[in-house]
Amino acid sequence: MKVLVCISNVPDTTTKITFTDNNTQFNTNGVQFILNPYDEIALARAIELTEGDGGTVTVINVGDVSTEATIRKALAIGATDAVRINAKPHDAWYVAYQIAQYVKANPFDLILTGRESIDYNGSKVAGMLGELLDLPSVSIIKKLDIDGDKATVEREIEGGKELLTIPLPFVAGAAEGVAEPKIPNMRGIMSARTKPLVVVEPVEVKTNSEIISYETPAPRGQVKLVAADDAAKLIELLHTEAKVI
Amino acid sequence: MSVLIYAENADGKFKKSIFEVVSYARAIADQNNTTLTAISIGDVSADELNKLAKYGADKILNVANAQLKNFVNQAYASIIAEAAKKESADVVILSNSFSGRGLAPRLGVKLDAGVVDGAVALPEQNGGNFTVKKTAFSGKAFATVQLTSANKVIALIPNSYRIVEVAKSAKVEDFSVDTKASDFKAMLKEIVRSADKVSLPDADIVVSGGRGLKGPENWGMIEELADLLGAATACSKPVSDAGWRPHSEHVGQTGIAVSPNLYIAIGISGAIQHLAGVSSSKVIVVINKDAEAPFFKVADYGIVGDAFEVVPKLITAIKEHKASA
Ligand SMILES: Cc1cc2nc3c(=O)[nH]c(=O)nc-3n(C[C@H](O)[C@H](O)[C@H](O)COP(=O)(O)OP(=O)(O)OC[C@H]3O[C@@H](n4cnc5c(N)ncnc54)[C@H](O)[C@@H]3O)c2cc1C
Ligand SMILES: Nc1ncnc2c1ncn2[C@@H]1O[C@H](COP(=O)(O)O)[C@@H](O)[C@H]1O
Repeated sequence: MKVLVCISNVPDTTTKITFTDNNTQFNTNGVQFILNPYDEIALARAIELTEGDGGTVTVINVGDVSTEATIRKALAIGATDAVRINAKPHDAWYVAYQIAQYVKANPFDLILTGRESIDYNGSKVAGMLGELLDLPSVSIIKKLDIDGDKATVEREIEGGKELLTIPLPFVAGAAEGVAEPKIPNMRGIMSARTKPLVVVEPVEVKTNSEIISYETPAPRGQVKLVAADDAAKLIELLHTEAKVI
Repeated sequence: MSVLIYAENADGKFKKSIFEVVSYARAIADQNNTTLTAISIGDVSADELNKLAKYGADKILNVANAQLKNFVNQAYASIIAEAAKKESADVVILSNSFSGRGLAPRLGVKLDAGVVDGAVALPEQNGGNFTVKKTAFSGKAFATVQLTSANKVIALIPNSYRIVEVAKSAKVEDFSVDTKASDFKAMLKEIVRSADKVSLPDADIVVSGGRGLKGPENWGMIEELADLLGAATACSKPVSDAGWRPHSEHVGQTGIAVSPNLYIAIGISGAIQHLAGVSSSKVIVVINKDAEAPFFKVADYGIVGDAFEVVPKLITAIKEHKASA
C-alpha cells in the first residue's frame, strides 16, 4: 500500500503568540517550529499500516526551504521518502491544490492529513483534497483500520461517534486515538539524511483568502478569589454577578 | 444574491448551535438586503423545520430522502452546493461542528469560494471588502480573513453568536437533487450516541478535571457537579493520555477547543496548551490548591484549596441554591 501523509510545519505548542508590523504578521522571532502534532499521529498510523506489506509512506509539504528540518524529522520517524512543493503555504486552498496536482500525477492508496494544523486550524486541507480528487474525505477520525481494499474509520460527532466503511483510496484527517506518535531512533535519524527528498515547483493558482490582521484575546480582569470554606459564595457570584448558572 | 445555511440535525432535532447559525445568517442577509434560505437534509418534522423561521429563515428547503437520513459527507456537500446554485446564494453558512468541518472545505471547492472556518463574529463589509474574524493558533489568537472570491463559505463556532428571535414564517419546499453513486462510497455502519450525557462541544457549562484529581476513581464528584449544573465533563491531556478519561474529553490546543459560558477547571495547572483551548470561555472558574498555579492568571473566579474538600462543598451549595430557587 502506498500512503501519502501531508505534513505541516507549525510553531511549537509552548509558543507565546505575538505579532509584528502593526499586527499583520506572525512574529516568528525565536519561535521553534515542529511537525504538526496531528500529522505525527497520521504519520505513525501510516507507518504501522505499511509495516510488513512492503508498502511505502511518502510525506508531502507545501513550504519553503525552511521546512526541511521538519521534513527530515518525518523521514527520521520512518517515512520512506518526501516531497516538498517549493512555495509558501498561502492558505488551505493553495496547499490542497498543489498537493492534488501532485497526487493526480502520482496516485496513492490512502491520503492522510492531521485533523487540523495548530496554527491556522482550518481542518480544511483534507476536505479540499477529497473534493479536488473526487474522493471521499473524513475530516476528523479517531480510528483507522484497513482490510484489503476497504477501511473502517471512526468519526467523532458531538456526543458520540460514527463507524464508517470506505473503499480505498480516500482522504482522512487523523486525531488522537488513531495512533501513538513515534519518536525517531538513532538509526532513523541517520538514515533520514540520505532518504529521497524531492523538491517540486508549484503550479499557478488563484487564491481566495488573505489574512489581513491578527489580534490576541482581550485580557481578563483580576481574578476574584473566594475562601475555600465559602463555596456558597462562589455559587452566589456565578448566579447573581456572572449570571452563568 | 442570497444567503444559504445548512441546518444540521442530530436525530431529527436542531441544536442551539444551529439557531445561532440562523441568527448569524439572518444578520448577514439583513446587511445585504437579501433573503435567507435554510436547507435541511434528513428526517426532520415540519414542526422542527418551522423553528428555523423563528430565527429568521425566509425559506426552507427540505431534502427528505431515506438514503440521506444519515450524514454522508460527499453527498451532503453536493446537495448543499446545488441548493446554493438554485438560490443564487453567494454566502453559505454552517456550524463549525464535526460535520460542518467536513462539508465546508468541499463546498469551498465546489462553489469556487473562499472558506472561513472557526468564525467568531459577523463579517465586516465595506467598499467591496468582506472580512471575517476567526480563531487562530488554537485559540491563542484571532485572525481577520479577507475573502476575495465572489462566493463565500463560513463555519461559525458554537456559542459565539447570540440567538435572536424574529417573528417570521417561512415556506417549506421539498428539494431533491440527483446524486451520483460516487458520492456514496463512504458507508455508515453504526452511530453510537452517549444519550445521557451533555456533549462537550455543545455545552453551555463545562466541568473539567486535571491531574490534581489523582486518579479516575475520583471523578464521581466531578460528574455529580456536572450533572447538577447540566454541564459536560472535560479533562486535561495527561488525564486522557493516562486513560483516566476518554480522549473525546481532552480539551486544549491538541484536543477540543471549547467556548462555553462557564468553564470550571479543577486540579488543572493551566499550561499554555490547555489554556489555548479554553480561553474563549465567557467565565472561567479555577479550583487549585496551589495559589501560584498559572490558571489563576486567566480566571474570573477562583478558590485556592484542596479539590477534595472544595468540590463536595460546591455540590452542597448548588443543591441548596437549587432548592431555594
Ligand atoms: C505537544 C503538546 C501538546 C499539548 N496539548 C495539550 C492540550 O491540548 N491540553 C492539555 O490540557 N494539555 C496539553 N499538553 C500538556 C500540558 O503541557 C500540561 O502538561 C497539561 O495541561 C497539564 O495537565 P494538568 O494541569 O492536569 O496537570 P499538572 O500540570 O500536573 O497540574 C495539576 C494541578 O493540580 C493541582 N492540584 C494537585 N492536587 C490538587 C488538589 N488536591 N486539589 C486542587 N488542586 C490540586 C496542582 O497544584 C496543579 O496545578 C500538551 C503538551 C505538549 C507537549
Ligand atoms: N503547508 C502544508 N503542506 C502540507 N500539508 C499541509 C500543509 N498545511 C496543512 N497541511 C495538512 O492539512 C492538515 C490540516 O491543516 P489545516 O487545514 O490548515 O487545519 C494538516 O494537519 C496537514 O496534514
